[in-house]
Amino acid sequence: MIFLALLLGLLLFVLGLAVVMLRRSAILLFLGIELMLNAANLTFVAFSSANGALDGQIAVIFTIAIASAEVGVGLAIFIVLFRRFKTQSVDDLRILRW
Amino acid sequence: MKAALLLIILAPLAGFLINVFFGRRLPRAGVTAVAVGSVGLSALLALFVCGAYLSAPEPAAFEYYTVLSVGGVTIPFALQADALSILMLFFVTFVGFWIHIYSIGYMEHEEDYARYFSYLNLFMFAMLTLVLADNFLLMFVGWEGVGLCSYLLIGFYYQEKWPADSGKKAFIVNRIGDFGFLIGIFFIATHFGTLRYEEVFAKLQADPGAYLGVAGIIALCLFVGATGKSAQLPLYVWLPDAMAGPTPVSALIHAATMVTAGVYMVARCNLFFRSSPEAMAVVAVVGALTAIFAASMGLAQTDIKKVLAYSTISQLGYMFLAAGVGAYAVAMFHVFTHAFFKACLFLGSGSLIHACHTNDIFEMGGLRKVMKTTHWTFLFSTLAIAGIPIWAGFFSKDAILASVFAFAGHHHGWAYLLWGLAVVTAFMTSFYMFRLYYVVFGGEYRGKGHPHESPTSMTLPLVVLGGLTAVVGFLGVPVVFHLPNLMERFLEPLTPAVEGLAGTTFHLSHGMEWALMIGSVVVAGLGWLAARALYRTDASWTWVKGFTARHPRLYDTVFNKYYVDEFYDRTVGAALRGVSRFCFSIIDGVLIEGPVNLSGFFVELTGNVLRFLHNGNLRTYALHIVLGVAILLWLVF
Repeated sequence: MIFLALLLGLLLFVLGLAVVMLRRSAILLFLGIELMLNAANLTFVAFSSANGALDGQIAVIFTIAIASAEVGVGLAIFIVLFRRFKTQSVDDLRILRW
Repeated sequence: MKAALLLIILAPLAGFLINVFFGRRLPRAGVTAVAVGSVGLSALLALFVCGAYLSAPEPAAFEYYTVLSVGGVTIPFALQADALSILMLFFVTFVGFWIHIYSIGYMEHEEDYARYFSYLNLFMFAMLTLVLADNFLLMFVGWEGVGLCSYLLIGFYYQEKWPADSGKKAFIVNRIGDFGFLIGIFFIATHFGTLRYEEVFAKLQADPGAYLGVAGIIALCLFVGATGKSAQLPLYVWLPDAMAGPTPVSALIHAATMVTAGVYMVARCNLFFRSSPEAMAVVAVVGALTAIFAASMGLAQTDIKKVLAYSTISQLGYMFLAAGVGAYAVAMFHVFTHAFFKACLFLGSGSLIHACHTNDIFEMGGLRKVMKTTHWTFLFSTLAIAGIPIWAGFFSKDAILASVFAFAGHHHGWAYLLWGLAVVTAFMTSFYMFRLYYVVFGGEYRGKGHPHESPTSMTLPLVVLGGLTAVVGFLGVPVVFHLPNLMERFLEPLTPAVEGLAGTTFHLSHGMEWALMIGSVVVAGLGWLAARALYRTDASWTWVKGFTARHPRLYDTVFNKYYVDEFYDRTVGAALRGVSRFCFSIIDGVLIEGPVNLSGFFVELTGNVLRFLHNGNLRTYALHIVLGVAILLWLVF
């Protein structure tokens, strides 16, 4: 049972990582990050139920709270960037390059 | 007495501190009150100290605190009042006070009024420290202090190039001399174990034979210091350029007080010099050569202050000549009279420059009618420096010539040569001074504008100093007049007779003395007549013009001061520049900058390689993170 849950977590994580590394859209980038975070959450919960302890689940609550804050800040940044550069592709945002 | 001596040097220091910190915010009257008031207080206290000394002529030294005490050598902050210090103290404060008064008028329109007066007060502080010090270290402190003030005041108009450069030149040339002085002090400290005059001279006096060799070396080292400060060959070159400063400064520092510090020091250390006939000969020869060399350069100058500068160098040469033949009291007498007439001449030239707005004597002329006070005082001091009887210079210069002659008569035959040089110098002195006088005051006015007499604050010091040039000479009347020679008697404790050391007085027969005196008056008179014939009216210049046109090379050589500055520049200057260039390009450029630049180059190189990782692509960064995590995981498990 825990094996299946961990496998699902792994799949979700790799999927999210692939999205982050391969897609250019800022929105999709967020989706990828959310996927990875939730993969981690799933793993937490799986271990928590397997061990019969609650601390894993508490960590998940924290993760969700922080993730939502992160999305709030991140989206705000991207809205500003979009207004400024008229693009949502992260590959075009390279002005800080050497 | 103890408090008075301390207050004499502290009053100008307080004036300096007040003016340097608050001078800009004080009104002019306030600045003047502080500056002149503090020096006035010093002068009054100096009079008190002089009076106290005259009533009970006992040298006294007062310790205030111990500056340092290292390995048996204790150096106190101590001041002393003996005959020599008192003499210097008197004329430094007196002339200094009147020059402060004069400066009020002369610097009236100056923006940096407070800065000027603060420097002047600092100078008084340093000079009085030099004079009153009771040990060599404290004297050196004053010595350096006056050098600093000289630098600051020569470069007072620092916005222009010539004054700024001249200030540096004066400072650097003085440093060369100071180096010798310092070495001499080190020698004294190692061989005598103390730096206090009293103890050093007591040891030397007790057993002169024990110090014979080293005393000569010390004397020569000290004399190197004196040649720097008192502008003697070969270090005199800074003094003519020192004329870039304001004229009262030239009067105070570069004529009356600071430049005579070297003579003071030699007189103070006369026991060292008397231990070594060779050192004395060096002093005498350098003095005589400087006297005639500088006088000849003064013959062709057209800048009024330059003429006076060369004459100062020449007169200082006389003083060293006197010191070199052992006539220390006579040397100090000439220092004393010179302070009055040369200060008066410089202040007079300042008054002329103030009125005509030029330094060129050929743009002045005919000023006898418009500037009566300046004319009379200038005439008085010219008579004094030329050595016309009853004026101060006559007595002191005659005493010097007589001393040299007597010295030569006493088994030093070669000194007749020096005497000859001194006589020729006396002729030149008289000639160039009256040349100056006739060109400036005779004939018709040749400059621009309408010159007028200077304000009272400037003429009053002229009258005081000019009047005194006719009086102070009587302090040292020759023996033949059967009057007491006050100066010689006053300075007697300075030169104690010591078995085994050179004597300080040689006697002449009265007939010889009369002959010498008449001779020197005739020589001075001839110089006067020659100048009068050649320069009295504008028409009489034609001969001079014709002469200079016929001998352009001779004239150019003299006018350009024998190209000594150029010679120094080609030799010493070029050598120094070579060393500097070597330091700059090899030591600094290769040895120091090389490793520094190399490390910088490596950092840059690394950066240039690594910067390709930062391509600004977010997804590449994500890849780096993943790779990093992967590597970490691989390392951990």
